[in-house]
Amino acid sequence: MPSVSMKVNGSEVSADVDARTLLVEYLRSDLGLTGTHVGCDTSQCGACVVHVDGKAVKSCTLLAVQAEGAEVTTIEGMAANGDLHPMQEAFREHHGLQCGFCTPGMIMAATDMVARHGKDLDEATIRRELEGNLCRCTGYHNIVKAIAAAAKAMG
Amino acid sequence: MTDTGIGARVRRKEDKRFITGHGNYTDDINLARQTYAYFLRSPHAHATINSIDTAEAAKAPGVLGIFTGDDLAADSIGGLICGWLIHSKDGSPMNAGGHPALAQGKVRYVGNEVAVIVAETHAQAKSAAELVDVDYSVHDAAVDTGSAQASGAPQVHEEAPNNTVYEFGLGDEAATNAAFEGAAHVTELDIVNNRLIPNAMEPRAAIGAFDQGTDAYTLYTTSQNPHVARLVLSAFIGVAPEHKLRVVAPDVGGGFGSKIFIYAEETVCVWASKKIGRPIKWVAERSESFQCDAHGRDHVTNAKMALDKDGTMLGLRVKTIANMGAYLSTFSSAVPTYLYTTLLSGQYNIPAIYAEVDAVFTNTAPVDAYRGAGRPEACYVIERIVETAAREMGLDPADLRRKNFVTEFPHVTPVIMTYDAGDYHASIDKACEMIDYSGFGKRKAASEAAGKLRGLGFSAYIEACGIAPSAAVGSLGAGVGLWESAEVRVNPTGNVEVLTGSHSHGQGHETTFAQLVSDKLGIPVDQVEIVHGDTDKVQFGMGTYGSRSGAVGMSAVYQACDKVVAKAQKVAAHVMEAAEGDIEFKDGSFSVAGTDKSMAFGEVALTAYVAHNIPEGMEPGLKEGAFFDPSNFTFPAGCHICEVEVDPDTGVTQVVDWVAVDDFGTVINPMIVEGQVHGGIAQGVGQALTEGAVYDTESGQLLTGSYMDYCMPRAVDLPELRLAFTETTCPSNPLGIKGCGEAGAIAAPAALMNAVTDALGVADMPMPASPQNVWAALQGAKQAAE
Repeated sequence: MPSVSMKVNGSEVSADVDARTLLVEYLRSDLGLTGTHVGCDTSQCGACVVHVDGKAVKSCTLLAVQAEGAEVTTIEGMAANGDLHPMQEAFREHHGLQCGFCTPGMIMAATDMVARHGKDLDEATIRRELEGNLCRCTGYHNIVKAIAAAAKAMG
Repeated sequence: MTDTGIGARVRRKEDKRFITGHGNYTDDINLARQTYAYFLRSPHAHATINSIDTAEAAKAPGVLGIFTGDDLAADSIGGLICGWLIHSKDGSPMNAGGHPALAQGKVRYVGNEVAVIVAETHAQAKSAAELVDVDYSVHDAAVDTGSAQASGAPQVHEEAPNNTVYEFGLGDEAATNAAFEGAAHVTELDIVNNRLIPNAMEPRAAIGAFDQGTDAYTLYTTSQNPHVARLVLSAFIGVAPEHKLRVVAPDVGGGFGSKIFIYAEETVCVWASKKIGRPIKWVAERSESFQCDAHGRDHVTNAKMALDKDGTMLGLRVKTIANMGAYLSTFSSAVPTYLYTTLLSGQYNIPAIYAEVDAVFTNTAPVDAYRGAGRPEACYVIERIVETAAREMGLDPADLRRKNFVTEFPHVTPVIMTYDAGDYHASIDKACEMIDYSGFGKRKAASEAAGKLRGLGFSAYIEACGIAPSAAVGSLGAGVGLWESAEVRVNPTGNVEVLTGSHSHGQGHETTFAQLVSDKLGIPVDQVEIVHGDTDKVQFGMGTYGSRSGAVGMSAVYQACDKVVAKAQKVAAHVMEAAEGDIEFKDGSFSVAGTDKSMAFGEVALTAYVAHNIPEGMEPGLKEGAFFDPSNFTFPAGCHICEVEVDPDTGVTQVVDWVAVDDFGTVINPMIVEGQVHGGIAQGVGQALTEGAVYDTESGQLLTGSYMDYCMPRAVDLPELRLAFTETTCPSNPLGIKGCGEAGAIAAPAALMNAVTDALGVADMPMPASPQNVWAALQGAKQAAE
């Protein structure tokens, strides 16, 4: 079995994994980071989005071994020293989640969105950029509001 | 009241764990020595199983056991059940047909469970499944809803001749026929309500575990109603006795109906965990969700409305064929009957209605309740036909509705419902004002100048929810009563645990139920913990569906709180040496009227537990339970109006505005209720604009089996939604709540299709209004004009 090493949420980790292990499987099963979810099998839903070297990536689309040497941040790594990330805070403040299953992927995709577009994200851009994240509960209404508010807070 | 009580926009207590990645969904749970199940499924829609050879697969790495329907039969494990017995017009009971958890002799749809492979890892189980050799004799499949009853159609179950499950009727046929005779105008529509796949974002999952020390089973599962799952698994399927089966539904990632039902997979995982002697986990791949979660809708309907020359409604006649799929799922039979035909009167005073529903078996996935369950189909029929009648008669669609609204309550409809309260004029007037109805002509002209077709559509919906009075549903064939239970446990330090039979899978009960308790007991919401979803903790409950948790579940909490206060009042009176009648309870404090004596709620709780100084004969402690059984359904209603712009060159429809005015009675938390409306509308827009389950009509293969093919609404498909509320109080529960969970999904499809057909100038077109369907409708209209 190949071995893989990476930094996850600031900690160095390494393991021998079956070569076919997906990054999301490694995070969930080997590291016990179950905040990253699997909602589909065609890389459509976005529940599994994490940051790999600072970019939003669908962790069901990447083998664990492809993340060799990378810095990975999952939803569990977003709150620093117990303080919520502004995007997490905005999702709560604006009721941007209901069942919570898509939420980690939404938050990870949204922070990447803000990093690329800055604080003046408009609604149309947010809606277009959410193409890769499905939510069945909220109708996206409050997710859009939360991301816009977080963008301002992060700006 | 406290500032976290009824009516406050309290931020959700449950959010912290979800936004930090610490939710606890079924697939997040891993038990010691856990194994993995993979289900081998039928690749054919209809076939006889001649043999199943598992010898090679059993030798594959990691395989611990392979089981088939024969193994279930050998252990006398019963089939999956349908819990609502419907009778046909002639009085005969429905033709159900068997539903073994693993196929026995025949497979009846693509995805039907044939065998389960249990292995050390999921990958090993899946790989071994490829080595199972099943010899099938493939038969022709009955797929299409409308032709399933045709002579010569392939027969799905021997027990159901002509694939007919029942031929149901409701209403007065003779009176309805009489209403049509001599009517000045009759509007007729043939309507298809498209089949949907629920697609909660969390796929279904189950972990079955048998404890050899206690002979007890535990099932962790993605359920909306864990007690009902336990009851069905014990009493009917016979996996384990009820007291030896614990069902836990932890965090559940959305349900929308699809997680009400008791499916094959959890049944098999529980049963097989004893055979394997280790816990067994199964998690659906999304492809399995598409194939095997119970689907929704799938009606083919002919509807006729009779009106007099000034637009007064005289009668409604509806004939529907409802597709049940290959087997009767848990509540499937009730959906196109008592949840559909009973709402065909809409918001209108229609003197005569007659509805007939034929339920049919086909070689497709089972169909059962999906958000709204029967009521979206009813709303679609009545609101499409009213809008069409207005267009045919040259009447304003808002005015035609107003002319026929029910205005006096209680109102008994010809289809057995008693509407208890409402103000339908208030909601349509408010909606018209919000969307600037009178300014529509200008907006339409502006769109036309830009090369776009603009349309406006109404949906004045009503639904029946808060299900339901137990005796009433019992008389209609339900196998269970639909009350709810609650237990309020006050701790000695004065904080509170509430155990409820309702289940939250996105609805925010941990917040709203705590708000109710905050309001009733005068303590902050952070002093209230809501416990749900575990049959070892909560004694019994009917679960969450049919927008019932507020009206029924919270009413049980309300009653239990009243009992707590009543006992606490006695304790306070005793301690303060006052007459019980002189004790006032307000803002969390018991005081003696006319004095400065008072005791805080927590002090009284401690006194009750210490029990050194309580009234003689009183039991110590402060804990009360209640069962609440409502006296009627509740009737949320309102008016949605949407505007669309269609690009005639591409067929692309854009929803450009949406207003929703809803009457849900008392609102506990407006923020959460608005969220429910947003989500409901999105699912309704999904049905009308993007979604549709499609089977190949010859082979019965599911053509929309992934997110690549089944178009879920995305953020770009939805507009900003503008909401408002009107309020009439529901008289059938102490809180006056009507329920808000399904309204959006019920109202939205009709509003959207009324707007699209208005834009295109066509009488009807099939859902969804995809670019392809819109373009085809436009070309059809052009050809008809030429």
